[in-house]
Amino acid sequence: MLLQHAAATGAHPLSDTVARFVWLLPLLPFVGFVINGLLSLTSAYKAGPSDPSAAHDEAHAAVSHESEEHGAPGDDHHSIARHRSAGLVSLVGPGVLVLAFGLALAIFAAMRGVGEMHAPFVQQYFSWMPVGDLQINAAFQLDQLSMVMVLVITGVGMLIHVFSVGYMQDDPGYPRYFAYLNLFVFFMLVLVLGANYPILFIGWEGVGLCSYLLIGYWFSDKANADAGKKAFIVNRIGDFGFLVAMFMLFANLGTLDFVSVNAAASSLGAGSVLVTVICLFLFLGCAGKSAQIPLYVWLPDAMAGPTPVSALIHAATMVTAGVYLIARSNALFSLAPSASLTVVVVGSVTAIFAASIGLKQWDIKKVLAYSTVSQLGYMFVAVGSGAYVAGMFHLMTHAFFKALLFLGSGSVIYAMHRAYHHTGKHDDAQDMRNMGGLRTYLPITWALMWAATLAIAGVPPFAGFFSKDEILGSLFARHEGSALAQAHFLGIPGNIVILSCYVLGLATAFMTAVYMTRMMLYTFHGPNRTGDREREHLAEAPWVMTGPLVALGILSVVGGWFNLPGIIPAGPVGVLEHWLEPIVGESTLRLTNGAPAEIAHSTELMLIGVAVLIALAGIALAFVRLKPERLVPASASPPEHGVEEVLLNKYYVDELYDAAIVQPIVATSRSLLWRGIDVGLIDGLTRLFLQSKDDDSAPGAVRMGGLLPRSLGWFGSQLQSGQVGTYAWVLVIGMLFVLGAFSFR
Amino acid sequence: MREFLLSVGYDRWILPVLLALPLIGAAAVLVSGRGASGGDEVATGAAARPRSLATWCFGLEFLLSVGLWWAFDPGTSGWQQRFDVAWIPSWGARFTLGLDGISLMMVLLTTFMMFLASLGSWTSVRQKTAAYYALLLVLTAGMLGVFMALDLFLFYVMWEVMLVPMYFIVGIWGGQRRIYASLKFFIYTMIGSLLMLVGIIYLGLAARDPLAAGVPNFSYDAILSTVHLEPTVAAWLFGAFFLAFAVKVPMFPFHTWLPDAHVEAPTAGSVVLAAIMLKLGTFGFLRLAVPLFPTAAMSPGIRGAILTLAVIGIVYGALVSLVQPDFKKLVAYSSVSHLGFVMLGIFALTVQSVQGALMVMINHGLSTGALFFLIGMIYERRHTRMIAAYGGIAKVVPMFSAILVFVSLSSIGVPGTNGFVGEFLVLLGSYRTYPILAVISATSVIIAAAYLLWAVQRILFNPLDKPENEHVPDLNRRELALLAPILACIVWLGVYPAPVLRRMQPAAEQFVRLVETRLAPPATLSARGR
Repeated sequence: MLLQHAAATGAHPLSDTVARFVWLLPLLPFVGFVINGLLSLTSAYKAGPSDPSAAHDEAHAAVSHESEEHGAPGDDHHSIARHRSAGLVSLVGPGVLVLAFGLALAIFAAMRGVGEMHAPFVQQYFSWMPVGDLQINAAFQLDQLSMVMVLVITGVGMLIHVFSVGYMQDDPGYPRYFAYLNLFVFFMLVLVLGANYPILFIGWEGVGLCSYLLIGYWFSDKANADAGKKAFIVNRIGDFGFLVAMFMLFANLGTLDFVSVNAAASSLGAGSVLVTVICLFLFLGCAGKSAQIPLYVWLPDAMAGPTPVSALIHAATMVTAGVYLIARSNALFSLAPSASLTVVVVGSVTAIFAASIGLKQWDIKKVLAYSTVSQLGYMFVAVGSGAYVAGMFHLMTHAFFKALLFLGSGSVIYAMHRAYHHTGKHDDAQDMRNMGGLRTYLPITWALMWAATLAIAGVPPFAGFFSKDEILGSLFARHEGSALAQAHFLGIPGNIVILSCYVLGLATAFMTAVYMTRMMLYTFHGPNRTGDREREHLAEAPWVMTGPLVALGILSVVGGWFNLPGIIPAGPVGVLEHWLEPIVGESTLRLTNGAPAEIAHSTELMLIGVAVLIALAGIALAFVRLKPERLVPASASPPEHGVEEVLLNKYYVDELYDAAIVQPIVATSRSLLWRGIDVGLIDGLTRLFLQSKDDDSAPGAVRMGGLLPRSLGWFGSQLQSGQVGTYAWVLVIGMLFVLGAFSFR
Repeated sequence: MREFLLSVGYDRWILPVLLALPLIGAAAVLVSGRGASGGDEVATGAAARPRSLATWCFGLEFLLSVGLWWAFDPGTSGWQQRFDVAWIPSWGARFTLGLDGISLMMVLLTTFMMFLASLGSWTSVRQKTAAYYALLLVLTAGMLGVFMALDLFLFYVMWEVMLVPMYFIVGIWGGQRRIYASLKFFIYTMIGSLLMLVGIIYLGLAARDPLAAGVPNFSYDAILSTVHLEPTVAAWLFGAFFLAFAVKVPMFPFHTWLPDAHVEAPTAGSVVLAAIMLKLGTFGFLRLAVPLFPTAAMSPGIRGAILTLAVIGIVYGALVSLVQPDFKKLVAYSSVSHLGFVMLGIFALTVQSVQGALMVMINHGLSTGALFFLIGMIYERRHTRMIAAYGGIAKVVPMFSAILVFVSLSSIGVPGTNGFVGEFLVLLGSYRTYPILAVISATSVIIAAAYLLWAVQRILFNPLDKPENEHVPDLNRRELALLAPILACIVWLGVYPAPVLRRMQPAAEQFVRLVETRLAPPATLSARGR
């Protein structure tokens, strides 16, 4: 790999600092992937016999006796058989992340050292797709936005890797797990470091691939394999949008580099149909990756993967890639107010829709999954309304508290599993109806998860309060005078749309407080419902798992200090705002029509007060109305009816998609396209010509009518006669004759 | 490297040697197989000599051809490694061979995949092995000849030479319905190529030198530069070539021979069919049908019709793949979809789309070739290709599974693998001239993921619920060794395709320019007229 600095970037202030090793960031987890992947494959691989068809029958007898040591098929989820390379894997897997995080911190320090940075630091490695006027380079770019993402990915990623050492250590596929997880971090870093859309897209699809592999990690369960496949295909619908957006950008701008696209974006015309359509296609991609309506359906199913995966991929990092993409494309989105307004609407509708489903789920991870969809909706409200900083801020705090919630639930599930394992019980270890009262047995997890709950509910001074408040505040501020207020969504004036979305945002905040408190109450409070014998085995997880929880707990509490609002000067104000200003400042101003984002202090205080009251009201309501002591274990619970049933079944959207889209496509393909056109029509015409009565019959039954078919039929029957060598000879000699006879006279 | 190759005259002898070596090898293989008793020759050991001789021969062929990578000068357009001798003077046919960037990559793909195909037949072909390997070698010579020929008569001869061995390979070593499949294959392709022969003779006569006593001239360059046809004649001739090549591609609705041929063919037969023979159709469009009759091929009606058929093929092939119960048939229909991309790229006529089409040709050869190898390997173990017969075998055959997943990902065009580069370039380029068609075609990225991942899930994942699958042996070292180079190429072409693109660039640009300039004059005239 030839490392060459382009002349223009050679003068960049970062080029002499540690930032020149930026390529090492993704390379580290990639090395981890290679090592763990090789360990996994070599330990699993037993070379087959050199003649597979002959040896099959003998092999059958030979290996049948060793089936016991493999455990029953489909059961390795529960079996405890530590992998023999587990030690090395535990070192390499998290180790590369520790190194990457260290490097990220060093680069961050270097960036702070060089002061204000107005151009990204771009490193070109080699030419990827040079075709005519298309020049796509393998290039990374480091700027303030990608730096924030890199820190979140490597930092939170590192903690989750460490947690996984404890959570997954007894899984027979341990090296495979870490191989996938390392590969994910590699692709995620490529995603945020790529200097052009196609490189970003490598990461974009790569993380989707790892998500597919990890959701279906326990692939012997059909539900898990289904969930992985569903995630990949639904994401591909979004990727289709992303691809079309790239085609449009290239056809109109002749480039796909971020720097050049940003510079040339205004030539697309502010508010033009073209730029709006480009942005909407991009947003389709975001809706797929970040699970927004109508493509959110894969994320709840994605909980089939191991819980640390849910924390890393399906909460903290990958699903926020859509938010990142919009923030990255802020130059385009700020030119298309109606597209931005669409993002706001989709985000806020998704937020409340998912939150309402979260109210009635019994599976602890499903609650968190819908909560993630809902919180991602908030982030889209932010980036849609041009509050890119608020969006990134919430992305960051959400990464802290949601990773904590997922890992916490992981530690709960781990405890439940262990308890069930000891007594051989086969209940659902994720159903909250089987939990209850876990506070006594898992006090650390309990306390930390409460911190995260208060953070996500928006209670000051926890992290989520600041970021959510900033989103709602900026949205409210847009309802007057901004470009968004002047745009329209489906003919509705923007200011009305914005105010409605603001109300939806508040309502979502209320529901968030309710369902999170419900989850805490049912899991940790009230009497324990795990079972009398199982209860004795409930215990806190080892420190390798609780340690990362504590770190995330601290971040969930103090995360708000990364971007304090001017109205609460409890430290340096607007750090993140100032940091991201060179990237998004101009676009935010364009969307607000140059008006400052600030609103009157009295109004702002009032808005904050309302939001906090709503959050506290939600928590209080849950405490008053929900009675954990009335719950019975899942197996004894009566079925639900009415609204509750609809919510539990997620508004039947999966069923709707299946009946309206999947089944018709499959049925049409099978009966019309394949059996009808292919076999029926086209082959039917062929048969007319061949005069064959039945093409499905055995050889020799091709009944021939015409002269050509008859002679060919004779030819065909000759094939059976065994004189094959003769034909080959005829061919070879004929060929030599044709080629040579006249050539060399 | 280049200096060394030139110093030994590599440029002058390589092409005829590449043609002659497989034929000599075929004769030697036949001799070595004399006295085989018949029956299961792998078990009796009678297969050992012919197959190792053939594999050595393919290996040597590949090694010799690899030099082309360096000997070929990517900076220039025009024919390289040209070889030209008189052949049949009374008919005006010359033995002219030469390469441009397009045929260079096709030749390398052929020698590469044929070597692996012979390795892949090691234990799967058990009867009449000497004849089998001899036919495989003749087939190789035929395909290489088509890619190298710069004389239309020679092109036709090679075209036929390659059809016949394939017919035998499917018909003798094929599955249950091999006779039906091989007949269908033969009739479809034969009708097309007979029409092409008529077209070639017409062109040869049209290009004859009046001073040379009426002897026809089949030289590609001469025909290209001297023959100027009436629009109606051009349209008819284009039609003749179109049929020959469209069947071979295969374009919807001429594709139904393909699933049958694939399903019935032995593993190596399927690999060769998919990896190379289908490319001969699209190669025919690139080399003959479009450059020779640009006004006909690119007239709005014909171009629109072909593009429409291409896009129908892309979506239709993908949808039909979705519902196939037979894995081999599924991959066969997916070929219809992939080759539709090639046709779209060629007829969208931008540098990106043509380069993309060329990349898809290479990629499809590698990825689909690998898929057929894998199907063959699991078939050898379980003797069924039905998806429903499997399930959960990832536990039993981890290496096979890892490779199948990887190859599937490359086939559905995950970036970082070769598949993405080709599809991306085709769509990006086509969007410039035909945005709507490009957007419709792009939907196939969704369906492709659906059909392959669904099949992969039903084969590798889900519960391992069939006892007969519990003790299937994993890949052996020979199989691993044969797949490894393909996997390496998948990664290489996905991550660093620039060297390949650079070698094909002049040819692709020349193709676009040639067609555009021959289309341009009337347009500028009419513009001036207004």
